[in-house]
Amino acid sequence: MISVKNLHVYYGLIEAVKGINFEVKEGEIVSLIGSNGAGKSSTLKALLNSVKKIGDINFLGYDTRNHKTHTLVQHGLSLVPEGRKIFINLTVEENLRMGAFNNDENYEHLRDTMYELFPRIKDKRHQLAGTMSGGEQQMLAISRALMGEPKLLMLDEPSLGLAPKIVGEVFEIIMRLRDEGITILLVEQNAFAALKISDKAYVLENGKIVMNGVAKDMIGDDTIRKKYLGG
Amino acid sequence: MFMQQMVNGFSLGSMYALIAIGYTMVYGVLRLINFAHGDIMMVGGFLGYFGIAVLDLPFGAAVLLAIVGSALLGMASDRVAYRPLRSAPKISLLITAIGVSFFLENAFNVFFGGVPKAFPVPAYLENVIDFMGLTMPVSAILVPIITAFLLAIILWVLYKTKYGMAIRALAFDVGTVNLMGIDANRIITLVFGMGSALAAVGGIFWAVNYPSVEPMMGVLVGLKAFAAAVVGGIGSVGGAVLGGLIIGFTEVVVIAFFPELGGYKDAFAFIFLILILLFKPTGILGIDFEKSRF
Amino acid sequence: MNNFMIKKEQWLKISFVVITLWFIWFANTHFDEYTVRILNNIAIFIILAVSYNLINGVTGQFSLEPNGFVAIGAYVAALLLVSPDAKQYQYAIVDPYPFVLTLHANFVVALLLGGAFAAILAAILSFPVFRVRGDYLAIVTLGFGFIIKILAINHPEVTNGSLGLNDIPEFSNLYWTGGIAIIAVITVLNIINSKFGRAMKAVRDDEDAAIAMGVNTFKAKTLAFCTSAFFEGVGGGLLAALLTSISPDLFDFFFTFQLLIIIVLGGLGSTTGAIIGTVLVMGGSEWMRFLDEPMHLFGYETAAMPGMRMVVFSLILIFIMLFAREGVMGKRELTDILKWRKKGGK
Repeated sequence: MISVKNLHVYYGLIEAVKGINFEVKEGEIVSLIGSNGAGKSSTLKALLNSVKKIGDINFLGYDTRNHKTHTLVQHGLSLVPEGRKIFINLTVEENLRMGAFNNDENYEHLRDTMYELFPRIKDKRHQLAGTMSGGEQQMLAISRALMGEPKLLMLDEPSLGLAPKIVGEVFEIIMRLRDEGITILLVEQNAFAALKISDKAYVLENGKIVMNGVAKDMIGDDTIRKKYLGG
Repeated sequence: MFMQQMVNGFSLGSMYALIAIGYTMVYGVLRLINFAHGDIMMVGGFLGYFGIAVLDLPFGAAVLLAIVGSALLGMASDRVAYRPLRSAPKISLLITAIGVSFFLENAFNVFFGGVPKAFPVPAYLENVIDFMGLTMPVSAILVPIITAFLLAIILWVLYKTKYGMAIRALAFDVGTVNLMGIDANRIITLVFGMGSALAAVGGIFWAVNYPSVEPMMGVLVGLKAFAAAVVGGIGSVGGAVLGGLIIGFTEVVVIAFFPELGGYKDAFAFIFLILILLFKPTGILGIDFEKSRF
Repeated sequence: MNNFMIKKEQWLKISFVVITLWFIWFANTHFDEYTVRILNNIAIFIILAVSYNLINGVTGQFSLEPNGFVAIGAYVAALLLVSPDAKQYQYAIVDPYPFVLTLHANFVVALLLGGAFAAILAAILSFPVFRVRGDYLAIVTLGFGFIIKILAINHPEVTNGSLGLNDIPEFSNLYWTGGIAIIAVITVLNIINSKFGRAMKAVRDDEDAAIAMGVNTFKAKTLAFCTSAFFEGVGGGLLAALLTSISPDLFDFFFTFQLLIIIVLGGLGSTTGAIIGTVLVMGGSEWMRFLDEPMHLFGYETAAMPGMRMVVFSLILIFIMLFAREGVMGKRELTDILKWRKKGGK
């Protein structure tokens, strides 16, 4: 679904991503794992052309160079950003509306679907989004992204700041989404949770991919266990 | 006498409020003090003058010309001068805004001349009527009424329409709006258009009340209107109106009761600004940027 | 190699100063009055530009203060320099306060007091403005300029209102303006290269990071602002003693706008740039006078368009911000460029 070749990301003079290659096939869950500052977030932002980059990115068969972020989103590439970035000054329902801004015909149907998937959100539909707990905000962020009917859903550190039980819930939802036919690209510091649900994984270190393979195999790998799974 | 001053205060305050709304909305989405905004008010006044005195249009048509022309100019200034600098350091944007402001003032100076032009006020607006025991020109009473009406429209747009919701979302974070598949830049330009339209109305009100237009008329008014926006709570439309009314009232009432302070009329806005920065920098309606806006 | 390079830098600086001093002497003895007048203007504006650059370019705080502080320095100096007799007859609106007639000081003290007043006012303004995170410095300084003008007009017992002050003795000559310009440039450069300067640049580059690193950003901003104000006040005094007559209209927004163009053109953050910018803008401004006059364009005669010069100025500023934001020097100084050359370029 998306293939990335020779991606470099620059912040000013600093090179955060130093030439990586990876791909995500339709229907897969792929994880990018690595410690803080390894370049994972930068990679996701680069796929949406939100940051300065060099590289070949092919999404659904066409070259994404020179496309603006919002156009790529309209074509099915969606991101649940780091820190969730829900519109705290808007209500829950307004957040969902924002997700389906360009989709007036389908909005109500999509919204009701989200309320079925995430009943906790439905209860708070007219509350300001900023009043919700961390886990609820994460649900809202995901459902907001889903309102755009994405083909490839990217999630940037979905477990950040969440209690372990909630993390479990979130990752279960991610698996269900894949079952519904959405391809997933996941960036995570919580390597274990990510590897457990992924098909494939890439390990990012200092802007380079140092390892990749089938996720199940990597859980058992010694180097991975020592560095990212707490030995 | 007191009632008379109250109406005058409302009138002046409404004019400041209309211009302050534009400042506060642009600041809310871009964190930019659009120095050229006060000059848009001037352009509105001049377009009205041009429509009546040169093009021989009826008053209503001239006002329409002023509003549409100013809105287009405001949107154009965003497209041409501010949008290319979206990712530039803030100071570049501020400097450019000053440049646009200075350009508008001097361009109109060259084109129309610096001498104030008498604004041709239609007779029905100059009619003096008996209002609650006072004799006042119709225009003085219409100003607050129309302003309240426009304010209601703006709030309706912001809270009851899709695009208004997008504007509020922009105030939280521009990048996230793009993530929704929305071209944030287009919405930003829309904000400029709305603010400029309101400023144009303010310009027409000003032109009708004084009644003249001159190229520098937006300078001091703009400064005070921005101070009003800060005093009321920058980023909040309600705050802009509140701040505008406060400053308008103060100017009128203080001068009415202490005419010897007349020369200092223009200093009050500045004093209020310093006071609010000292005691409550987020403004009277104290919108905390992290929590909510507008 | 390092030691050798440092010595080279010292030599460079000393020779610059010596050459400038020689040039001042040469110009003063050989050039005609018109040119000397322009050189005096340039020298004063260099003082103003390098200090304006300190708050705007080095510390990154957008400010519109110069016209206000220059006015203060000019009025303070004028009040101290105009003789009691001259004061007696020129206050035409109302009689001056008695203490106004007794105000007197020599030139140096007048300049220093003008600078001091400006710096004190700057310190007072700093408190409400720099305490909060926000972009209010620009609006506050813009308003400040207006307030100063209002005060000058509304207190004719002190300032002679709109008529302004005349018969200021013409103390300013190239030795004074040039000499103080040299002092100002050296002082500003020393501040920039000190730990204060590093704090200022940290505030400009990333204020959040600076705060996180423990930099006292309030102190850095206030220091930059007050230093700018001081030299602007001194410059105001020099200006008063050059023009021999000042009035509230002189210190309008265009005054600040010119300085803004100067430091932007030269390169925000570069002192060398501020100097280059001054020469370019002052020279260009003279040259552009023709824009305000009737012109012959393609065989047609256009009417005089006063204000066209200003339109062109504003377009130049917008153009620079859109297409050449770095200006001539960017953030670099002359010495940086020469070091670059020595290293063989990188």
